[in-house]
Amino acid sequence: MNEGVVWLTIFVLSVFVGIEVISKVSSTLHTPLMSGANAIHGIILLGAILVTGSTHSTVALVVGLVAIVLATVNMVGGFVVTDRMLQMFVRKKPASEKEGAR
Amino acid sequence: MPTWVQVVYLICAVGFILALKGLSGPKTARRGNLIGAAAAVVGCALPFIYVDHLEHVPLILGAIAVGTAGGVFGARKVQMTQMPQMVALFNGVGGGAAALVALLELNHMLDVQAALDALGGPQVDAYGWFVYAATAFTIFVGSVSFAGSLITFAKLQELMTSRPVVFPGLPVAFGGLLLGGIVLSVLTVTSASIGIGIGLCLVGLLFGVLLVLPVGGADVPIVISLLNAFTGLTVAAGGYVLSNTLLLVGGTLVGASGTFLTLLMARAMGRSVANILFGALKGGSTLGAGVASDRPVRSAGPEDVAILLGYADRVIIVPGYGLAVAQAQHTLRELVDVLGERGTKVDYAIHPVAGRMPGHMNVLLAEAQVPYEQLVEMDHINGEFKNTDVVLVVGANDVVNPAAKTTPGAPIYGMPILNADEAKQVVFMKRSMRPGFAGIENELLFDPKTTLLFGDAKESLGKLLNAVKAL
Repeated sequence: MNEGVVWLTIFVLSVFVGIEVISKVSSTLHTPLMSGANAIHGIILLGAILVTGSTHSTVALVVGLVAIVLATVNMVGGFVVTDRMLQMFVRKKPASEKEGAR
Repeated sequence: MPTWVQVVYLICAVGFILALKGLSGPKTARRGNLIGAAAAVVGCALPFIYVDHLEHVPLILGAIAVGTAGGVFGARKVQMTQMPQMVALFNGVGGGAAALVALLELNHMLDVQAALDALGGPQVDAYGWFVYAATAFTIFVGSVSFAGSLITFAKLQELMTSRPVVFPGLPVAFGGLLLGGIVLSVLTVTSASIGIGIGLCLVGLLFGVLLVLPVGGADVPIVISLLNAFTGLTVAAGGYVLSNTLLLVGGTLVGASGTFLTLLMARAMGRSVANILFGALKGGSTLGAGVASDRPVRSAGPEDVAILLGYADRVIIVPGYGLAVAQAQHTLRELVDVLGERGTKVDYAIHPVAGRMPGHMNVLLAEAQVPYEQLVEMDHINGEFKNTDVVLVVGANDVVNPAAKTTPGAPIYGMPILNADEAKQVVFMKRSMRPGFAGIENELLFDPKTTLLFGDAKESLGKLLNAVKAL
């Protein structure tokens, strides 16, 4: 199979999975969900590490390090801030359990 | 790349799917977020293990440490009311990182091609045209996301006006930049050079600024969500360029779910995404003059309102962003507790876009430990307003503005609202007669059954609380 088609297959299937997994979200959770999804694309850090780790020029190294700092802020900050938001929902255990039983 | 690394990337990708799945349910949300964080950390640790001769490791680790410190500091320090702009900022830096990664990769691709050409012999392309196209996409859209997010941050943080900024020639500049972006992208495919890549980056930055400037304050959260989806797609394209499945899957998941979430939010506000982005460009934005009206209203003191509330059987509270700004949610909860002890049934009516983002108000009230079951969503409570004695509107305006139902020309026309106008009495707690975020006047303020209680929400609620206790 053509390698490009393999990538296209992964892409198309991921689109459907991405829509499907969040299709039942209540509007209460829109903000944390957006924030969590925002943190996930911080995985660009992985790409930043890969390109920076193979550069040989000084300029490219500096640009790569800037990219790493930015990507880390996105990823770490995103997950921490989402967790902070969600802590507030979780604190009232009995209420959320009642919600689940309904 | 060894097979085991690809398997671990696959596991991380599944982790991202489970994270999104978990985040869409209240009971599983926090666990979902932790799964996502774990998957991301494992994914980013892999290059240090499997890549032979990964260079500059100490510097890379140092940069990660700096970024971690910045991210944790920002995430811990931010007030819950400023959450939306923080998300915008995190999103923007992610887009910027994606654009920089693509620029570096373009540089690398050109080096490889040059080395190949230097060998002589027949012309061989090291990379297909589609790789160049994906690189151009990542550079351009990543820059748009970076610049656009910074402007949304400035708007929400009120570093600049939150009103739509439109100037003559904006549509021309907009079209010109878009055309420039397309031309430079085509050039990247046909005759790539690092100069073209940097040019694409600059055009993207300007385009991002112009994309967000004409968007009115109330619509900014939807734009944040849209830019979030954009960044996801750039990360996906970057994954294709770098032949990395985890980037491709993670980015695509965010791109798809982010786009879907944007549509959900736009629907909750009764707007179309195209209208939000380009409404002001077409001159279709009819945001009101924003002047305080001098029409007569009925205002009262805390004692009068306390009597209204204290002897009501059924009260519904409509909280808005003003409540959060005044940090009055704790005082409000105390007031509701006292009313509950007096036998009044009190609920909070939560509009889907109350606050600055969908679900923002739930976060703010949860912070004040308001029981989850007292927060009733719009669709469930809208039928109850006609049996309600008093509606107390605290720091909200647009979400109860009947113009959304009655005035076809109003910018919020078509947005579902809370039917506060059907209640027997309405009390507005307001700082002034200034219009709400959407900048239009609210007829309900001038209704004979409406009473206004002027003042800072926290102070007024405190006085109200004491007055009710004294009854």
